[in-house]
Amino acid sequence: MSVEKFETALKKLEDVVKKLEGGELSLDDSLKAFEEGVKLSGFCSRKLNDAEKRVEVLIKQKDGAFTREKFRLEDES
Amino acid sequence: MELFAEKRVLTVTQLTTLVRGVLEENFEHVWVEGEVSNLAMPSSGHLYFTLKDAGAQLRCVMFRASSRALKFRPRDGQGFIVRGRLSVFEPRGEYQLIVEYMEPQGIGALQLAFVQLKERLAMEGLFAETHKKPVPKLPRRIGVVTSATGAAIHDILNVLDRRFANIEILLRPVKVQGEGAAEEIAAAINDFNLYRDIDVMIVGRGGGSLEDLWAFNEEVVARAVHASKIPIISAVGHEVDFTIVDFVADLRAPTPSAAAELVVTSKEELDAGLEALVHRLRQAIKHRLAENRAEFGALARSVKDPALLLGHLAQRLDDMHERLCRAMGGRIERSTDRLFSARNRLRLTNPSVQLERGRELLISLAARGERAMQRLLDRNRESAAVSAGKLNSLSPLLTLARGYAIVSRLPDWTLVRDGRNVAPGDRLDITFQRGGALCIVESSRTERDGGL
Repeated sequence: MSVEKFETALKKLEDVVKKLEGGELSLDDSLKAFEEGVKLSGFCSRKLNDAEKRVEVLIKQKDGAFTREKFRLEDES
Repeated sequence: MELFAEKRVLTVTQLTTLVRGVLEENFEHVWVEGEVSNLAMPSSGHLYFTLKDAGAQLRCVMFRASSRALKFRPRDGQGFIVRGRLSVFEPRGEYQLIVEYMEPQGIGALQLAFVQLKERLAMEGLFAETHKKPVPKLPRRIGVVTSATGAAIHDILNVLDRRFANIEILLRPVKVQGEGAAEEIAAAINDFNLYRDIDVMIVGRGGGSLEDLWAFNEEVVARAVHASKIPIISAVGHEVDFTIVDFVADLRAPTPSAAAELVVTSKEELDAGLEALVHRLRQAIKHRLAENRAEFGALARSVKDPALLLGHLAQRLDDMHERLCRAMGGRIERSTDRLFSARNRLRLTNPSVQLERGRELLISLAARGERAMQRLLDRNRESAAVSAGKLNSLSPLLTLARGYAIVSRLPDWTLVRDGRNVAPGDRLDITFQRGGALCIVESSRTERDGGL
């Protein structure tokens, strides 16, 4: 999953919290919002904990097109 | 000298050639310092100037092959140390120094070039704050222009390991020092702008001498950085190293590690932010529930324990069943008694008449018995129907539909009504209106208003 999705979820969570704090929701909707908030926060913390790093090299072909290849760090000699 | 031993007349050319030979042989490699004046640089690319001090002056020429290597432009009035060989410009009978190398007095050549380029680009507006683009806080993909084997990429990857590393790095490997490095760096910046699919670029290298870092002081790199549509963070050398690229870049990081830290929000920061949100979420629902506590309380009081209610109802059913059996049994017994007595009387009287009367009596009694039983059955059926209706209205299913749940402790399925009856690690079965869940207790409370 991408950072974008993490950020979207975080933003949604913020919105849910604000809505709940606004106190405009019915009890039923409040509970639904709370449930959604719990799901979102779980998603976010999972994303934070299983983040993975991707490192690639940008390569320019003779025709000017770009390709990406996996990058492996070589130790400095 | 043999030359002057006898009277020998030389032409001007011969003499000049002789002088030139003497000078060139004896002053093949000299260092001289002085102040530059009468500087001229015609389109040929050769550099002409006079080097002078308080007592004398020296004509100098620096041919294009040598002057091309200069990173700076000498100016009149500046002091220089030059290296070259003496020669004679025969057509004019002037001796001159053919300069091969020159460096400014006081500061080094590279430093002078740096100052001059910086002045020029500043005048042009390449460092203007208004031109600088904002650098994204949480970029998805970072382009890196540096050596594939240098310290910079190493440091950047290290930072990503420490921080929230859910990020992509796209490296465009370049030479970062030596011949052609500046052109490669500039080309890489342009390539990323063609490729476009990155959010921010880090351009830099690890520490080194002024010469090592020089590529980042080249005009071609400065212009590429300035022209970039993608925000650029410069990260050249150490904290104390400033390069031209640092002035042009949208953001200057003191080191490559620092550059990575600038764009990669720390995991701890995000964790803390998330935790704060979760806390607010809990507070908000707690507050919302507190508002409804009165309603909840009233509801709770109005709904008795479903299990208890079921027990009562079952008992009532049993009771009714027993009474029904008893009542029916009594009727039949009484009817049978009367039948026997009628039979006896029948036997004692005229058989034919008595038989007829007896039969009539028997029929009437049987009919009454049947009617009585029917009434009794009807009454009980009615009463059972009313009970069933009540049973339905008090059914736990309706209670569940209102959002209550039945919590049972496993494995013995005892109902849980008190937080004191559960302990962390206990397995609980929760039955909702639809479906249920198997839960493991994390902690228990003794009060209801401990929150959700």
